[in-house]
Amino acid sequence: MSDLLANLAQFFEMVRYPAGSALCLVGAILCVIGTIGVMRFPDFYTRMHAASITDTSGATVILIGMALMAPGWLIVAKLVTIFWLLFLTSPAASHAVVNAAHTAGLQPLIGRIGKKTDDEEGAA
Amino acid sequence: MAYFLGLLFALVAFWIGMSGHFEPLLLGLGVLSLVLTLILAYRLDILDREGAPYVRLIGFAMYFPWLMKEIVKANWTVIRACLRAELDIAPTLVKLKTICTSDLAKVTFANSITLTPGTVTVEIDGDKLLVHGLYEQDSQPEAFLEMDRRSARAIDGKGAAA
Repeated sequence: MSDLLANLAQFFEMVRYPAGSALCLVGAILCVIGTIGVMRFPDFYTRMHAASITDTSGATVILIGMALMAPGWLIVAKLVTIFWLLFLTSPAASHAVVNAAHTAGLQPLIGRIGKKTDDEEGAA
Repeated sequence: MAYFLGLLFALVAFWIGMSGHFEPLLLGLGVLSLVLTLILAYRLDILDREGAPYVRLIGFAMYFPWLMKEIVKANWTVIRACLRAELDIAPTLVKLKTICTSDLAKVTFANSITLTPGTVTVEIDGDKLLVHGLYEQDSQPEAFLEMDRRSARAIDGKGAAA
């Protein structure tokens, strides 16, 4: 049993740097995807949705990757604190921005955008 | 008293997690700042269920994995929407009625909606929420019923949820 545990610990030591780096890379790619969405979506409200990829999954995956590469439990504790801070503040910030836009009277685009309207244009 | 103990425990865990030193000097400074924080919190009168919501931690711990699962699922939808060659979205505004009674539960529900990519809470007024969704078919009021029920149960307790 202790042999197996030692093997597992060794395996973890060997694997955590590549896995952590890979997760950081995945997180970075998710952030880029969020940015692409912000560029492509048509109006303010839909752009907020694309931005929320960056602060939920992007940040979380990067933090998990960093936690895997952390040298000790203290760093993990700090990363968990950062995660909680992001988890609690990012929806509040998104809500504040969207609510401000709504209060200022910005009208969202409603209805299907893209494929279907193109077809209708083609049919007309 | 429970709120006081919850805040005390959270602050001790936070200090030790941040410093990681156990020398008398740093522990003494920690105790000093802890006492100061607790006195200030008491004088500000914020030792209530919103200022120290640690009593509901177990309910929230049950809710958290489900919320994470929903966030991952919704992320996948929005990532596909971002990367699709032809833009194909159907933004919509939905009005919801929540069964959450306390402010804390409403905040949890609204924050859960905002955290899930593809839906943002635009406005809260009483027990009515205005939600902006990226896909009309995914953000009908029925789609939020389970999240509403779960966050009400997590924060308001079993008695409050229907």
